[in-house]
Amino acid sequence: MAPAPSSTSSDITLNINGEKHTLPVDHRTTLLDALRERLDLTGTKKGCDQGQCGACTVLLDGRRAVSCLQLAVAAEGREITTIEGLADGDRLHPVQQAFLDLDGYQCGYCTPGQICSAIAVIEEHAAGWPSAVTDDVRPEAGPPPLSPEEIRERMSGNLCRCGAYVSIAQAVARAAEAKTGEAAA
Amino acid sequence: MTTAPTARENAVGTAHTRVEGRDKVTGAARYAGEIPFADLAHGWLVLSTVARGRIRSIDTADVLAMPGVVAVLHHGNAPRVETGYVGMLGVPDPTSAVFQHDRVPHAGWPVALVVADTSEQAREAAEALVVHYEQEPHDVDFTGEHPDAYPVDSHGPAVIEKGDLEAELAASAVVVDAEYTTPEEHHNPMEPHAATARWDGGRLELVDSNQGTFWVASELAKMFSLDPASVRVRSEHVGGGFGSKGLRAHQVAAVMAATELHRPVRVVMTRRQMFSLAGYRSPTRQRLRLGADADGRLRALEHRSLSATSTVHEFIESAAGPARTMYGADAHHTANRLVRLDVPTPTWMRAPGEAPGSFALESAFDELAEKCGLDPIELRARNDPEAGPVSGLPFSGRNLIACFREGARRFGWADRDPRPGLRREGRLLLGTGTAAASFPAGAGPSTAAVTAEADGTYTVRINAADIGTGARTAMTLVAADALRTAPDQVRVRIGDSDLGPAFIAGGSMGTRSWAWAVTIAAEELRERLALGADIPPEGITVRSDSTEAIGALAQKERHSFGAQFAEVAVDPATGEVRVRRMLGIFAAGRIVNPLTARNQFVGGMTWGISMALHEEAVRDRALGSHYGADLAGYHVAAHADVPAIEADWIDDPDPDDPVGIKGIGEIGIVGAAAAIANAVWHATGVRHRDLPIRPDRVLMAGVRA
Repeated sequence: MAPAPSSTSSDITLNINGEKHTLPVDHRTTLLDALRERLDLTGTKKGCDQGQCGACTVLLDGRRAVSCLQLAVAAEGREITTIEGLADGDRLHPVQQAFLDLDGYQCGYCTPGQICSAIAVIEEHAAGWPSAVTDDVRPEAGPPPLSPEEIRERMSGNLCRCGAYVSIAQAVARAAEAKTGEAAA
Repeated sequence: MTTAPTARENAVGTAHTRVEGRDKVTGAARYAGEIPFADLAHGWLVLSTVARGRIRSIDTADVLAMPGVVAVLHHGNAPRVETGYVGMLGVPDPTSAVFQHDRVPHAGWPVALVVADTSEQAREAAEALVVHYEQEPHDVDFTGEHPDAYPVDSHGPAVIEKGDLEAELAASAVVVDAEYTTPEEHHNPMEPHAATARWDGGRLELVDSNQGTFWVASELAKMFSLDPASVRVRSEHVGGGFGSKGLRAHQVAAVMAATELHRPVRVVMTRRQMFSLAGYRSPTRQRLRLGADADGRLRALEHRSLSATSTVHEFIESAAGPARTMYGADAHHTANRLVRLDVPTPTWMRAPGEAPGSFALESAFDELAEKCGLDPIELRARNDPEAGPVSGLPFSGRNLIACFREGARRFGWADRDPRPGLRREGRLLLGTGTAAASFPAGAGPSTAAVTAEADGTYTVRINAADIGTGARTAMTLVAADALRTAPDQVRVRIGDSDLGPAFIAGGSMGTRSWAWAVTIAAEELRERLALGADIPPEGITVRSDSTEAIGALAQKERHSFGAQFAEVAVDPATGEVRVRRMLGIFAAGRIVNPLTARNQFVGGMTWGISMALHEEAVRDRALGSHYGADLAGYHVAAHADVPAIEADWIDDPDPDDPVGIKGIGEIGIVGAAAAIANAVWHATGVRHRDLPIRPDRVLMAGVRA
């Protein structure tokens, strides 16, 4: 039930997966709850609601963020990409396809967050961002190889209790290779 | 038209991506808390802040006046429910029968449900609700002496004593006598427990996240004194369970509220609430005494385990059970005892009994191998029994030593120097360890229906639960083979109590139980179709019930087996233990889908890393509740903790199962923590008998290199 605009609620417009959605929200509403409870975009998952599990990861202006720690009112004007916005019609995003092919999940509940995170990891790596396990962090060293160790470190904000980490990391590696191959071609 | 058999490969045994995989990677798969309902109200549970006492009063008036709040349910106004029944898995834990009295038996006990129009309103009101208690002294201390501990039977008798233990120990050339402990551990599936209840045309409907819809529906019917046919529970996608998703407080509270308010009500546990409402694995204290001849042959085996439960319900973690399967000895004593504390009731958690029990037993075996100067694998080979060590029954298959031989070959075990504390890499100490695994292989009665549709395809109805195991896909492959058709001709419907009785996703028994019923129905359907009957528009349906076939199984020792190998690096400066690689080789029946099966074995082994190094729920003795009841305070293995883990299997079909299945859901964790702890000894020369092997424990224990 939507509350009327007042000192504790506002009408906001969110730009999600390239579409504008105008809705009234309680100021306490997180971006995660706005997606799930108000906009029926339930692909983004709530695992802990306190920024500790990564299940609610979305892309904000192309960078990963946990949507449970983001108020919906603060997401106005941002470009929000959720798991529902990744595929191109029937064509899955290469990261989605790699998760599907390599069984990069079990129960599937952490999966949307893992996939959004993985897309950002590949971008961050390509942009030369180091991680805690990068040996040479000098800017001129360039991006380190996206080794399994680098993938595991960079994906560590996304918990998977089923313990599908091994196949998730393989899926991220495959998608990253495909992207590198594409860029080289 | 008639259905002609199509040319095909065997589907069972061939890797197949999940049939619902596309829905899972696109976010289209909807879990329990994600199905929209018109006029939905949100319930928020309020949990006790004291560990023992009585509710004196609840100040509901202020909360009822808050925006959007429509009800506060508590012991003074909630409907009465029935708890004096015996359900599918025994008497119900009264913890789930909420709001029936004013007693508080543990911290985090549900005392009220606040219902409001939005979840924000419900949460604010629930946090504002003032509850007055008469507090009483509590005891949550498991580590102290417990003279009141008592033996409790579970799957087997609590205590089995064969032979003269003291005499055999006295006659032994080598004796290991050690105590091992494991902490309180929590399932923490990624999807919090969630249920939406509503009444629809005289039927109670529950959209839920559980491990068996027929089970939950029948429990709710009994509890609310309803005709079983008037309760429907659906659970299409389940975000992990691991034993925690049965009947719980949130479902009962949601049904009560929907009944009172005549509108749909959703209740979702918060992550923090899960630590007191969702069950957990009890801490254990285990004593092992092993006595052997100089050549390693066991004369005496004693395994005694103590675990804890609540004051309101008996649940025992039977950690001394695995020894009854694993090793023979002239004197063989095992005992499982229980102590009552002011804590929540524990429950089944992935490999109940076997996970903590194998840590102690398989660590003690490593200690015995060290004392005997024997290779740990050779020690196990010398004590590999011909028949059940306690039961005397034949094994339906025991390929434990074959697993060790294959694992040793692939892991490079032959080159291992058994002496501890020798291998360095910079400041790191390296070591390897191994341990055995076993888990019971069982099947539960189930029903299924298989329909040959008029368009030549097939529909399978089996009330399975897919909690991440790939059950939908496995049933597709099993049905395709039984029907002699291709998997893409088979649709499988699961997760709906209206599909009829079927065993739960639990005890590593789901896939085998469901496959059995599906196979009976599909084979009979194929025989009927072979007669060349025309298929009418409504199709031809054959139903099955596996009760009789399962009841006719001969008594045998039926188990899966496995061998675990681990390599660790220990940093003596920080106390950090890192697992570098793991290998598990399993003899676990016929493998239905190698793609998902490998993932599940590796998932279990990942739990083993987590159990060995990370997981520990710590209770504050003064408050009776947890420190840090969340995923920052309770550590589970993350990506960076999990190296390349390999799992594989040897050919081991069960001769008495129509598909050859044994079950694979739990054995991956069994023995895994012991293999890691044994590797830590090999690296450092120090035995760690208390889990988890935290950095402070490693630092305090030092290095004996």
